[in-house]
Amino acid sequence: MSEPTSHGFGRALVAVYAVFALAASARSIYQLVTKTDEAPVAYALSAVAGLVYVVATYALATDRHRLAVVTIGFELVGVLGVGLLTVLDGDLFPDATVWSQFGAGYGYVPLVLPIVGLWWLHRTRRNGRPGR
Amino acid sequence: MNDPVAYTVAVLALGVALYAGWHMLRDAPFSNPLFYVMGVLELVLIVLFVAGCVALGRTERDVDGVLFVSYLLTVVLIPPAAVVWGIAEKSRWGTGVVVVAMLTVSVLIIRVLGIWQGTYV
Repeated sequence: MSEPTSHGFGRALVAVYAVFALAASARSIYQLVTKTDEAPVAYALSAVAGLVYVVATYALATDRHRLAVVTIGFELVGVLGVGLLTVLDGDLFPDATVWSQFGAGYGYVPLVLPIVGLWWLHRTRRNGRPGR
Repeated sequence: MNDPVAYTVAVLALGVALYAGWHMLRDAPFSNPLFYVMGVLELVLIVLFVAGCVALGRTERDVDGVLFVSYLLTVVLIPPAAVVWGIAEKSRWGTGVVVVAMLTVSVLIIRVLGIWQGTYV
């Protein structure tokens, strides 16, 4: 039985995830409502990113360990993949998303966050000391 | 809504973040002073929300109203959410939640300023 992910340090982590869930999904809703045709790829990606953060926040807050691993793993792949693509070929994403340029527009927090998240999940995996 | 107003509120939020950070470093849970300081900030944010809506109604310029009001509303909702989520945690990370929330508020206030001036989309 794994430890809860929502206590101790996890409290603050969930708060950061909630901020990004809000930022990414609000941004994508705004983009999709106001200017869908301009950059469909970027906006679809924003929507995916928003959904990933929402599910990750939910999983961490409700101690769903496996779901958290899957979503945060996807988040890491997403930020690395999209970050790399935006650096290599800027034309692919004419409008910014949370993951563009490895999350530079958000102080690189999107790049660091999944790494911290996976570290936290590893630490709470089983029978370790309770997170402080 | 102008530079001095936005920067004052942003600095105020940063100040609360530092105060909460001090709690966090001392391994202290929520204290009454921190709660009151957040209450004051919340009042300031509500005033900013109302004043922002009034200013939006009066301005001649082309401001993205939906974006502007939704940012202001989000900023108002963050401190109560931080208290609800953080207060149940008895370790230092309860006030850590407040640090995260207050840093977010100050960043959002600067974005609100950008939206008002039309420099951020």
